[in-house]
Amino acid sequence: MGPLVPEVISNEFNLMIAFIIGIGFGYVLEQGGFSSTRKLAGLFYGYDFTVLRVFFTAGVTAMVGVLLLSHFNLLNIELIYVNPTFLWSALIGGGIMGAGFIIGGFCPGTSVCAAAAGRLDAMFFLGGSFLGIFAFTELYPYLKDIYFAESWGAVKINVFLGLSKEVFAVILTLVAIGAFVGVRFIEDRVNGKETKFDSEKFKSRFAMAAVPVIVILFTSIAPSADEIIGNQVNAKLSNNNYNYNKITVDNLISELLNKNNQYNLIDLRSKEEYKKSHIPLAINIPFDQIKNYEWENYFTQKFKTNIFYSDNVEEAKRAYLFAEYLGDAKRALLTEPISTYFAEVNPQKSNAALNNDAVINWRVESHQELIEKEKFLSKFSAPVKKKVLKIKGGCS
Amino acid sequence: MKSKPYMNPYAAGFLLGLVLLATIYITGRGLGASGAFKSVTVETVKTVAPNHHASSEFYSSYEESNPGGPLKSWLFWEVLGVFVGAFISALLSNRINLRMERGPNVTHRVRVAAAVLGGALFGFGSQFGRGCTSGSALSGMAVMSFGGIITMLAIFGSAYMLAYFFRNLWINRG
Repeated sequence: MGPLVPEVISNEFNLMIAFIIGIGFGYVLEQGGFSSTRKLAGLFYGYDFTVLRVFFTAGVTAMVGVLLLSHFNLLNIELIYVNPTFLWSALIGGGIMGAGFIIGGFCPGTSVCAAAAGRLDAMFFLGGSFLGIFAFTELYPYLKDIYFAESWGAVKINVFLGLSKEVFAVILTLVAIGAFVGVRFIEDRVNGKETKFDSEKFKSRFAMAAVPVIVILFTSIAPSADEIIGNQVNAKLSNNNYNYNKITVDNLISELLNKNNQYNLIDLRSKEEYKKSHIPLAINIPFDQIKNYEWENYFTQKFKTNIFYSDNVEEAKRAYLFAEYLGDAKRALLTEPISTYFAEVNPQKSNAALNNDAVINWRVESHQELIEKEKFLSKFSAPVKKKVLKIKGGCS
Repeated sequence: MKSKPYMNPYAAGFLLGLVLLATIYITGRGLGASGAFKSVTVETVKTVAPNHHASSEFYSSYEESNPGGPLKSWLFWEVLGVFVGAFISALLSNRINLRMERGPNVTHRVRVAAAVLGGALFGFGSQFGRGCTSGSALSGMAVMSFGGIITMLAIFGSAYMLAYFFRNLWINRG
């Protein structure tokens, strides 16, 4: 599942990727006309809206792509970088950049493209931007307060507006399409051309404009990967003949006593319940957090068997079935709820077959032994959580 | 040789969107440009005035969050790539040309001054905006970042508002 850095692709190799991506970025920008300062400025005087077309099409394409990839669980949008919002800083910065744009006729990325194509003015713009950045870094002590003011964190605009991702995506796409139609008229008027209506072209343009809208609608209607998995889990759950790899309380005790290092005993209850009491040596992965990134290694490792238990067997079964989709780790299910375990290891309550004292004693002693073992091992190992990796991004 | 026409803007936009999407999928981050300039600026300060670099709050905190200088900076390598990619593209389309591009009534001197001033403003503003048109506006739009989108609106809004005052730089007065 994406993003591939740093799990699949190392941070070192990532720099190589950056170079390759940059080539693609520069190539497309230059082909799109972004290396021409007059084309860029045309946006603001209405004689050439190329930049708006390229920019908006790119934004919508990438946005719809992100929606589509995350719909099929190919991209974890919890991990990708979302530019944080610092309200005043963003507005002031944007305002100053706008002035730089209309005066200089470039933005930093396009000036690199134009300089590559030999435009001298772009080279001066580049030099100027170094001066501007230097001015900021030198004046930083005076600008710091406003730079960090109104920090809202990584707010998403659809959340801010109270809309779903899909609704916002449709709105933005329609705004883009509206802009594409509108600027055609403006452009023709400014350039003294008559706007012609070509019904053939209109049809193909209409079809293309419909594509992103259809894709967004598709992601909101079609079941997501999570929903499909959920349905499959439910189907297995209601199948009474489904063959779980079951383990009984007595088996569990003896396995833990003799080869505890071959098992991850997973307590699916809440943190609070786990703290109150749990089967010795169990680690706590609350059921609703089972999908979280930090636990991934437990479900993908190849050496240990994950044994699931909870206070209700249905939940344990659900986790057992769901774990299949999280990784290839071997699985086992404690067929009794945790209350049974504690009853069995309690000499008063134990209902061991035939009330055999030897069996009861064995359980009670083993339980104590497991508690000792847990105490001893806790010095060496705590549950290994995978660190949620902060992806760096933006331009700071 | 005559230079080839530019690509259809929608096709170019679609390709640019795919480049951005691939970037997000592979690296989890967006594209950028001004961050690379910043990295080079800071490194220059470090080389020229090491004492100043060490004593300033800004430089030392930047060093901490971005160790290793430009050669370890993702954006630096990306922007190097942009230069190479744009060069290849311009070469293939016969657009390589050492010249100045300017509005019809603008002298070379004015164009140079405007380019330097515009660049300085853009560079300064991009620090406040935590990224420029690429890193903040375009990449922010793709991940629906509120900050990115208001930065974008501010950039284009301000440019439109100021366009009238700088019209002599770009268009003939009719």
